[in-house]
Amino acid sequence: MIVFDNVSKFYGEVLGVNRVTLQIGPGITSLVGPNGSGKTTLMNLVTGLLRPTRGRLSVLGIEPDRPELLMKKVGYCTQYDAFPPGLTGYEFVLSTLRLHGLTDADARTKAQAAIAKVGLQEAAGRRVAGYSKGMRQRIRLAQAIAHEPEVVVLDEPLNGLDPMARAETIALFEQLAKEGKYVLLSSHILHEVDLLSDRVVLVHHGYVVAEGEIPGVREEIHERPAQILLRCDRPSLVASRIFELDSAVEIKIHEDHKGLLIHTRDAEKFYLLVNRLVMEHELELEAVSPADEDVQAVYRYLIESDGGQPS
Amino acid sequence: MNPEIVRQVLAVQRLEFRKRFLGKRAIPVYLLALIPLALFGGRALVMFLFPSTNDFSLAQDRVAYAVIYRTLILRFVVFFGCVAIFVPLFRGDILDRSMHYYFLAPIKRTTLTLAKYFSGLLAALFLFNAVTLATWCFLYLAGGPGVLLDQLGSLHGLSELASYLLVTSLACIGYGAVFLAAGVLLKNPIVPAVAILGWESINALLPAVLKKISVIHYLESLLPVSIPQTSSIQILADPASPWVAIPGILALAIVLVTIAMRRVKRLEILYGVE
Repeated sequence: MIVFDNVSKFYGEVLGVNRVTLQIGPGITSLVGPNGSGKTTLMNLVTGLLRPTRGRLSVLGIEPDRPELLMKKVGYCTQYDAFPPGLTGYEFVLSTLRLHGLTDADARTKAQAAIAKVGLQEAAGRRVAGYSKGMRQRIRLAQAIAHEPEVVVLDEPLNGLDPMARAETIALFEQLAKEGKYVLLSSHILHEVDLLSDRVVLVHHGYVVAEGEIPGVREEIHERPAQILLRCDRPSLVASRIFELDSAVEIKIHEDHKGLLIHTRDAEKFYLLVNRLVMEHELELEAVSPADEDVQAVYRYLIESDGGQPS
Repeated sequence: MNPEIVRQVLAVQRLEFRKRFLGKRAIPVYLLALIPLALFGGRALVMFLFPSTNDFSLAQDRVAYAVIYRTLILRFVVFFGCVAIFVPLFRGDILDRSMHYYFLAPIKRTTLTLAKYFSGLLAALFLFNAVTLATWCFLYLAGGPGVLLDQLGSLHGLSELASYLLVTSLACIGYGAVFLAAGVLLKNPIVPAVAILGWESINALLPAVLKKISVIHYLESLLPVSIPQTSSIQILADPASPWVAIPGILALAIVLVTIAMRRVKRLEILYGVE
């Protein structure tokens, strides 16, 4: 497990992260939050690039101030877009593996394998300085996974990738997760995080505001109005009955008068009501679906309302 | 020693060798090294091409070389060469935002510091001893190939050359450690570099007690040719014996490298505030 135990990090008087207590298991975990929310700080703490001001953290039982042990098990694809000068992509990955103490033969084999995994074989002989942003991102990813770590930490790993490379990279993350590895990533591309993550950690202003599986996070926020889309033959009837429920917040009827967008504080009550209407009034339903059961909606709610305030 | 650690140290040497000898960072060092080479090489060439102008005098030129070695090679070329080689070992990687690649390798920070110091040291030893050797050869070559061969064939000549090479090597070790520590401990090591240069430069004017708190005092104590006093305000101090000077510089280097290792152990990657 990756364990944060009441971890705080301050940069002088500036808050990085505060009182973070988390346990992260195998699979894909996404850190979600706006710029400056503390995602990179959390990742740098996990990899020992930063030291906590307070609290303790450990990665697979190893404290991050032991790089000689930790970095055998951890690979980190950072956002820092700088490389040792003059190296080709292949030399860059190879030099990283040599720093791991591998024999030259092992390092060469693993460098080639990692470069193949990120689909950069053709450009591997060219200097990194001439790479596009997406290629630099992929070579950093190759460097992070080349030594086959158990924990892969990826800071905005999908940035700059074209759609094909993005799909391949997501498949690679899923493959790593299937192998039982810990994949900890951050991203602003929320719908992709939603699709590929086993769980999310929502970070805002240095605080973890929610964590867990996406539907679970959604349920944690009891007071948050849920949005539900309903398509039926008599939306006015549904609307009038919904207002009898004290949990309804807002209802919008579609322009074609065949649908409703309902904001309610109690989705369960609403679904029961719809069942009753179908049975009592023979309401013809075309579709009923949650309109916001994704990270974007949860995240927007958490950071744009009081829901984002730490307790 | 654990073979894995040996391979890691060699990997650091490879990367640093590229930077020290092949990167843009190496250009100022090469330019510095060219100054004495051009001076002594040029003189030897002029005397070879125009023998009528040859005013070579073994005794006088040996003293002249000692003066130039002390003021130009030791106090300027080796001093600033060590600034250019050792300060960027950590500070340069932090400024160009590539330090984290080392910190993300499973290598102890203490081992990393030592490996980087030795990579800088190898570069400095190779380059500045080459400069010392070449300028010493040019010195005697100015008197003709026979004079040079005589010096190389005599115990006195070889002992003189060995002394200069020893002083150059100790300067690289001492100044290297000073500027490694400065690069690790300070965000702007240029200010202390200038301060140290000032201190080392006024060494001749310092009271005997203060003279001993400098690297140059111990280095100059080991020089093979004594230089006549040129200034009335120069204060003489007894030269340190080799038994004090050599262990003293090595001990200073060990202390400073240890301080650097302790600092690197706690170093965080905070590129945004560097």
